[in-house]
Amino acid sequence: MSTESIAWPAPEAAPRPLVDALHEWVSTVDHKRLGILYIVYALVFLVIGGVEATIMRIQLIRPHNDFVSPQVFNQMFTMHGTTMIFFVAMPVVFGFANYLVPLMIGARDMAFPRLNAFSFWMTAFGGLLLYYSFIGGDGLYGAGNAPDVGWFAYAPLTAQTFSPGHSTDFWTLSLLVSGIGSVGTAINIIATILCMRCPGMTLGRMPLLAWLNLTMAALVILAVSPLTAAQVMLLIDRYLGAHFFDTQAGGSAVIWMHFFWVFGHPEVYVLVIPAFAFASEIIPVFSRKAIFGYPVMVAATVSIAFIGMSVWAHHMFTVGMSSAANTFFVLSTMAIAVPTGIKIFNWLATMWGGQIHFKTPMLFCVAFLFQFLIAGLTGVMMSVAPFDWQLGNSYFVIAHFHYVIVGGILFTLFGAFYYWFPKMSGKMYDEPLGKLHFWLFFIGFHLTFDFMHVPGILGMPRRIYTYEPGRGWDIWNLIVSIGVFFQAAGVLVFVFNLLRSYFRGEIAGSDPWDAWTLEWSTASPPPSYNFATIPEVKSRRPLWDLKHPEDPDWHYE
Amino acid sequence: MSATSIPMHGRQTGWSLPDRGTVGMYCLIAAESAIFTIFVVAYIFYIGKSVSGPQPKDVLHVPIFYTVCLLSSSLTIHFAVRGLRNGSKGAFGLWWLLTIVLGAIFLGGTAAEWRHLIYDEGLTLQTNLFGTTYYSLVGLHAFHVTVGLLALATVSIFTLLGYVKQEHAERTEVLSLYWHFVDVVWVVVFTVVYIIGR
Amino acid sequence: MRRTKNSNKAGVLRIFLIVLWTAAAAAAAEPASPLLSPTNIFAPMSTPARSIFDLSVFVLAVSAAIFVVVFGLLAYAVVKFRKKDSEEAREPAQVYGSVQLELAWTVIPILIVVVLFLATARVIASIQNADQPSNAIQVTVIGHQFWWEYRYPALNVVTANELHIPVSDRAHPTPTFLTLLSADTDHSYWVPRLAGKTDLIPNHPNSTWMDPTETGLYLGQCAQYCGTQHAKMLLRVYVQTREEFDRWIREQSQPAHVSDTVSEGRRIFERTACVNCHAVAGTTAKGRFGPDLTHLMSRDTIASGAAPNTPENLRQWIKDPDTFKPGSKMPAMGLADPELNQVTAYLETLR
Repeated sequence: MSTESIAWPAPEAAPRPLVDALHEWVSTVDHKRLGILYIVYALVFLVIGGVEATIMRIQLIRPHNDFVSPQVFNQMFTMHGTTMIFFVAMPVVFGFANYLVPLMIGARDMAFPRLNAFSFWMTAFGGLLLYYSFIGGDGLYGAGNAPDVGWFAYAPLTAQTFSPGHSTDFWTLSLLVSGIGSVGTAINIIATILCMRCPGMTLGRMPLLAWLNLTMAALVILAVSPLTAAQVMLLIDRYLGAHFFDTQAGGSAVIWMHFFWVFGHPEVYVLVIPAFAFASEIIPVFSRKAIFGYPVMVAATVSIAFIGMSVWAHHMFTVGMSSAANTFFVLSTMAIAVPTGIKIFNWLATMWGGQIHFKTPMLFCVAFLFQFLIAGLTGVMMSVAPFDWQLGNSYFVIAHFHYVIVGGILFTLFGAFYYWFPKMSGKMYDEPLGKLHFWLFFIGFHLTFDFMHVPGILGMPRRIYTYEPGRGWDIWNLIVSIGVFFQAAGVLVFVFNLLRSYFRGEIAGSDPWDAWTLEWSTASPPPSYNFATIPEVKSRRPLWDLKHPEDPDWHYE
Repeated sequence: MSATSIPMHGRQTGWSLPDRGTVGMYCLIAAESAIFTIFVVAYIFYIGKSVSGPQPKDVLHVPIFYTVCLLSSSLTIHFAVRGLRNGSKGAFGLWWLLTIVLGAIFLGGTAAEWRHLIYDEGLTLQTNLFGTTYYSLVGLHAFHVTVGLLALATVSIFTLLGYVKQEHAERTEVLSLYWHFVDVVWVVVFTVVYIIGR
Repeated sequence: MRRTKNSNKAGVLRIFLIVLWTAAAAAAAEPASPLLSPTNIFAPMSTPARSIFDLSVFVLAVSAAIFVVVFGLLAYAVVKFRKKDSEEAREPAQVYGSVQLELAWTVIPILIVVVLFLATARVIASIQNADQPSNAIQVTVIGHQFWWEYRYPALNVVTANELHIPVSDRAHPTPTFLTLLSADTDHSYWVPRLAGKTDLIPNHPNSTWMDPTETGLYLGQCAQYCGTQHAKMLLRVYVQTREEFDRWIREQSQPAHVSDTVSEGRRIFERTACVNCHAVAGTTAKGRFGPDLTHLMSRDTIASGAAPNTPENLRQWIKDPDTFKPGSKMPAMGLADPELNQVTAYLETLR
C-alpha cells in the first residue's frame, strides 16, 4: 500500500467568469439544475400571469370601467389561463419531480439526462414563443397578436374566418412545442422510477411522492397527446383548408370540445396529484407520524387517474348532449370524489394523534386541506348537471377552479418551496417572514376566491370585459379585486425571503426537519452525484430506521 | 459530506429492474397511440357526414399487397434482431435491409394511391370531411413509417460501416418495438378506413 | 419567535377587518333588494329553474353537512394535537393504517354519491326530456356575433334582441320552447331566473324551454365566449299576459310603418350599405346579417341591450358603433351629419 498522500486540488481561489457559469447552466443535464431551471422559469411566469390577473381585476373593479379595451381584456384572460397552466403549473410540477425523484429513490440522475434537458428547453421556448405574440404585428384589432380565444380555444372561434391574424397560431404552436417537452419529461419520470430505484426499494417502498409522480407522468402521456392531435387538426384547418371543425362543411364544433377536454380534465389531475405528493411528504414529517394508509393512498391516486380519464364531458353539460350522456358524466364525476375524499381522510388520520409542528410548510399544508375540502365540495355541486346548467361558465366555476389551483395546488407548492428550500440551497429560510407570507396570502386568497362564488350565483358569466350596473355584482367584484393586492404582497414577501435567505440565511445542514426519506441523507445542496454510495433500503422510511434502530419500520410493513 | 450514512449491507443479489430504453419506448408508443386514437375517433365520427364530394366506397381500393408488405416487415425485423442476438451480424444486416425495402414498398403504395385519388378522383384534404380525415389519418401513419425508415436506414448505415455488434441487440430490439407499433397502427387504420368506413 | 408570529398575525387580521368593514359599509349603501340581483339563480320563476333550485338546495345541504364534519375533525386535530412545549422530544405512536377506517370512509361516501346521483338523474330527465304540449310557443333563436335573432315560425314574426313570451299558469301551462341555432361561433342562452343555460352551437341545434309564472322583464346574457363583444350580448325576456303577447305578435307581424315625412331618410337607408345587413319588412331592405329593423322602435334598447333606445343613442350608434360596443360587427357608416339625421329620423318611424 502506498504511503504517498494524494494532493486534492485546492478549492477555487478566484471567482469564475459569469460566462462560464451561464454556460454550465444552459448546457446542464443534471436533474437538480434542470429542476431549479424549471422552478425559476415557473416563478417568473407566475409573476407575469399575476400581472395579467391584476389587470383584469382592476378592469372589473366597477361596472363599465375603461381601464383596458375589450380586445386587451380578452387577451388578458386567454394569456393568464394559458400561462398559468402551461408555463407556471406544469413547469413547476416537472421541476420538483426532476429535482426530487432521483434523490428520493436513491438514483444519481434521471433515466435520460439529455432528453431531460431537451424537454426543458422545449417548454421554455414554447413560453417565449407565446409571449412573442405581444410584440407581433398589428392584429386585426390593433392590439398585437396575443391569443384572445380563451385558453381552451373553442372552435369555430379559432377558424380563419373568426380569427384572422395569428393570435390563434401563437396559442397552437407554443403549446405544441411545450407539449413535446411535457411528454419527454413524462417518459423520463416513468423510466426513472421503474428502472433506477436503489436496491431494496420495491415499488411498495418508494416514497408516496414517487408513486404520485409516476401516476402524473402516465396521465401526461395519455392526456397531452390528444391536445397535440387536436392542435394539429386545428392547424390543418386553418392553413390547409381542412374541415375538422368547419361547421359549414358538416364539421363539428363539439368534437373540438371533446378532444380538448379529454386533455383538459386529466390535465388538472396532472397538476393536483403532485400537490398531493407534497402534502403526503410534508404532513407526516410535521406531525411526526408515518403517512396513514400508504397502500390505500397509492390505490386512491391510481383510481383518481383512471376515473379522471372518463369525466371530461362535465365541462360540456350545457352543450346539448343527450340526457343519457349527461347522466353518465354525472356518475363518473361524482365517483371521483370518493378516492379524493379518502385521501383527505388519510391525511387527517396522519395528523391525528401526532405532534404537529406549525412551521411554514405545515401551515400551508393545513390550509390546503381546508381549502381543498371546499373546492372538492363545490366540484360536487357542479357535477350535478342541472345545477351546472346554472353555475357553468359563470364566476362560480372560476371561483371553484382557482380554489383548487391556488387554494390547493399553489398552497402546497409554497409548502414544498419552504420544505425543500434548505435542501436545494443549503440555507434556512426566515421563519417569521414565511409566516407573514402565509397569513397575507391566506387572507388575500379568501377575500378574492370566497367572495367570487357570489357573482356566479347571481348570474355573472365568465370572460366578460365589463358588466352592467344594477345586476347586484358590483360589491362582490370590488372585494374580489381587493384580495388580489394581499396576495401580491404575500408573493413579494415570499420572493424576498427566498432571495435573502439564499444569500444570507443560516446553514441548514443535510436534515433540518428530522425527516425520513433519502434526500435528507445527503448534503444540502446535494453533490452532483447525489450519493457517495448508492443506498440500500429495507422500508418506506430508511432514515427513520436509522434513527430508531430499536423500532424500525420494516418490523411493521 | 453526508451527515447520515446509509450502510451498504452488500449488494443485494437479484435486484434487477427493467431496461430503461424499453420502458421509454413503451411510453413513447403509449403517447403516440393516444395521438392516433384521436385521429381515428375523428375519422369514425365523420363517416357518412360529408355533404358532397367523393365517398369512400366510390374511390377506395383495399390495398392488400401493400398491407402484406408492411405486416411482413414486422416478421423480417424480428428475424433481424434474433440474428443479432445470436451473433450473426450478416443475417441481421440482410433481414434489416429487407425490412426497409418492404416499408419503402408500402410507402410507395401509399403514394400511388394518393396520386390516383388526387388526380383521377379529385379527392384532396379540402374536398370534404372524408378527404380531411382520410389524408390526415393515413398521412399521420405514413409520416410515422417514414420516420421509422429513416431510423432503420441509419442503423443499416452503421451496420455497413461495421459499428453494430452483438451487444447492441437490445437497442435494436427497442427500435424494433417502434416498428411493430407502426404495423399495429396500420392494422387499426386499415380496418377503420378500408373495412368499416367504406 | 412566537411573539413575532402572533403580532404579525394580529396586524394582518386588523387590516383584514378594516377592509371587510369598508366593504360591508359599501354594500349597505347599495339599494337593498330581496333578490340581491335580477339574475339570481336562487330566485327561480319557471319550472326548469325551480327544479334546479330544489335539487341545488338538497345538494348544498349534503355538502354543508360533509363540510361541517370534516372541517370539525380538522379543526379539532389542529388544536388537540399541536406540539406542546412541555412535550419531550419523543416521537408519538406510529400508526400505519386501519382497515376498518378505510372501509368506513370509502363506503359512506359511495352511499352519498349514490343518493346524489339518483336525485340528479331524475331532474336531468325531467328537464331535458320534457314533453312539448301542443299549445307551446315555438321560437327559433339564432345566435350571432353579438346579437340575438328571434323567429316565431308559426306566427310569422322575425325580430331581434328582445324576446316576448306569454306568462304560463301552473294549472294550464303555456311554455315556450326555444330552438337554439348559431350563425357563427358558439353562444349560450342564459336567463338565470327562467332556466339553466343552453349553448347555441353551429351545426348542432339545441333546445330549451321555460314557463314563467309571473309577468315582468327577465335579464340574462350570453354565457359562452364568442368574441370581442361577448360581454354586451345581453338578453331581455319580456313575459307578458296572453292579451299583451297576442297584441305584440300582431304588431310585429305587420310590415314596416310607412311615413312620408322621412322619405329622404328611407331613400338613403335603401340606397347605401344598410340594406346589405338589415331587413325592413315590406321594403327592398332584405339583409339578414344584422338585426331586423322593421319594428326597431318597439324595443327598449339597441345593440342587444348595450344602450337605451333613444334618438340620441340611435344616432350615435349609426355614427360610430364603437362608442357603445367597440368591436361589434356594425361598421361606422361614415354618413355626413344631415344624412345621419335623416336616417335616424326614418328609423324612428319604424314602430
